[in-house]
Amino acid sequence: MNASDWLLWARGPAFEIATIILVMGMVIRFIEILMLGRKKNLAAAKGSAMAGGLRTMVTRSVPEAGVFKRSGFTIITGYIFHIGLFVVIFLLAPHILVFDSVLGLSWPALPTTIVDAFAVVTILALIAVLVNRLNNPVKRYLSGWMDYLVWGLTILPLITGYMAFHRIGFSGPMLLALHIMSVELLMIAFPFTKLSHAFTLFLARFYNGSITGLKGVKS
Amino acid sequence: MTQIKLPRHHDQETVGEALRRQGISRRGFLKFCATTASLMALPPAMIPRIAEALENARRPAVIWLSFQECTGCTESLTRSHAPTLEGLIFDAISLDYHHTLQAAAGEAAEAAREESMKENHGNYVLVVDGSIPLGNPGYSTIAGISNVDMLKEAAEGAAAIIAVGSCAAFGGLPQADPNPTGAVSVADIITDKPIINVPGCPPIPVVITGVLAHFLTFGGLPELDELGRPMAFYGQSIHDRCYRRPFYDKGQFAETFDDEGAKKGWCLYKLGCKGPTTYNACAVTKWNDGTSFPIEAGHPCLGCSEPNFWDAGGFYEALSTPTEKIARTAVYAAAAGAAVGVAAGALNAASKKRAISQHQTTTLDDLTPEAK
Repeated sequence: MNASDWLLWARGPAFEIATIILVMGMVIRFIEILMLGRKKNLAAAKGSAMAGGLRTMVTRSVPEAGVFKRSGFTIITGYIFHIGLFVVIFLLAPHILVFDSVLGLSWPALPTTIVDAFAVVTILALIAVLVNRLNNPVKRYLSGWMDYLVWGLTILPLITGYMAFHRIGFSGPMLLALHIMSVELLMIAFPFTKLSHAFTLFLARFYNGSITGLKGVKS
Repeated sequence: MTQIKLPRHHDQETVGEALRRQGISRRGFLKFCATTASLMALPPAMIPRIAEALENARRPAVIWLSFQECTGCTESLTRSHAPTLEGLIFDAISLDYHHTLQAAAGEAAEAAREESMKENHGNYVLVVDGSIPLGNPGYSTIAGISNVDMLKEAAEGAAAIIAVGSCAAFGGLPQADPNPTGAVSVADIITDKPIINVPGCPPIPVVITGVLAHFLTFGGLPELDELGRPMAFYGQSIHDRCYRRPFYDKGQFAETFDDEGAKKGWCLYKLGCKGPTTYNACAVTKWNDGTSFPIEAGHPCLGCSEPNFWDAGGFYEALSTPTEKIARTAVYAAAAGAAVGVAAGALNAASKKRAISQHQTTTLDDLTPEAK
């Protein structure tokens, strides 16, 4: 297979396979979670479950002062690479064209040079996060193979994307093929790994928030 | 550089003599040599050597076979800009067989081919344009001979083969899905001869003549990339040499063919430009005697010098987008996922219910016997 064949495979059948696994996998997971159901709480409600749930969906994004003091590094680098990923994935013009072709939705892009800078910062933040994870005894103890796999699958598209934009190392078709295939690996792994938190986190937050809300406890 | 025997044609005039006969001045000749040297990225010191080699080179015999093709490659070469020095150099080879350009027809034409093959066995240059159908030999024949048979026969005595155009180099349009004729490239059939791929739909005329000039000058194959293309012409992508590249880097794109961006000459990526994945010399040598090239005329690059360009999604679909109908796939996947999810959820609920029903409660009576 030459570079053009790889690119054709990446843009065609591979993307289709990855989409099927991502969409089917996440829909199955969501429905399974929702169908688990909830035991009826017979205690008298001391507050609104709905309000507590909705509030927590937002408030969990804001670190509390005490937590920040203990884990400032984790929170800051975590914010940097999450925002960076958002900018790189959703605000680069060629990426918006992909969403437009699949969803029919389009929005304005950021200038490519700015997205490029975000990509570099995001890569650095992800490296910092990994170094911290390896050096911190508690984090290292808590980490399993899946955490390292997910880290690798996340940084790979950033690196291949950077290489493709700056045209480093391979021919044009091969660079684009490698970048698209690295994204497809991420898509395929999504439903089976902790990556699925991108879709399930608000559900989980609402669940936690509604329990405390019902009890009239601040969350 | 693979050294092969310099193709020579017996008792023919030299290239220099042929050019002088056609009224080309020494000055014009040297200018062509300088252009060729710079095109092939050779140092200026090579210019006299090219001139000397071309001056004294015996005209090589060239047999040009046309298979499943549209004659666009020949048109590109002959109608590029008349009369060009490139065209005259082309005249200066001994073109012993070419469907479109030869005067002879029928049996006389085939006789000329056979005679040249016999006389110059082992020394002639074989040029091929068009793909070769393997599905059924009857899909394309010349004088009753199938393309594959004629190619094998002519390749046997060739010093080297130049596959001109994307059809000969990679299979081209005849090979486009679903490839009804079973079309393949020259390199898919011939594996024991040096092959130079000069793809493009059509290739740039000066690239074809440049490769021939390289033969005459050095008697060897130029440096080739992994797809068998001369690095001198296919070493850099359209994107890397595109004068609109700064707009790509800044993220300034034309959205339609007549918006403000298009009028300002912004990048054509969103309109489907395949420049980033296409290797060719269009942005450097340009077309029509250096006048312009597609992107300069406001049209995205189609990627015609790359394999599979005809199947790589729509010409006006951006390079980053999927080539399949992903929205439809996603909807089906979601529906299938919902069905599986509901079934899995129901199974989970059933096993939970069964577990509850089979749950045995422990009473005080269960504990008493042991106490006794």
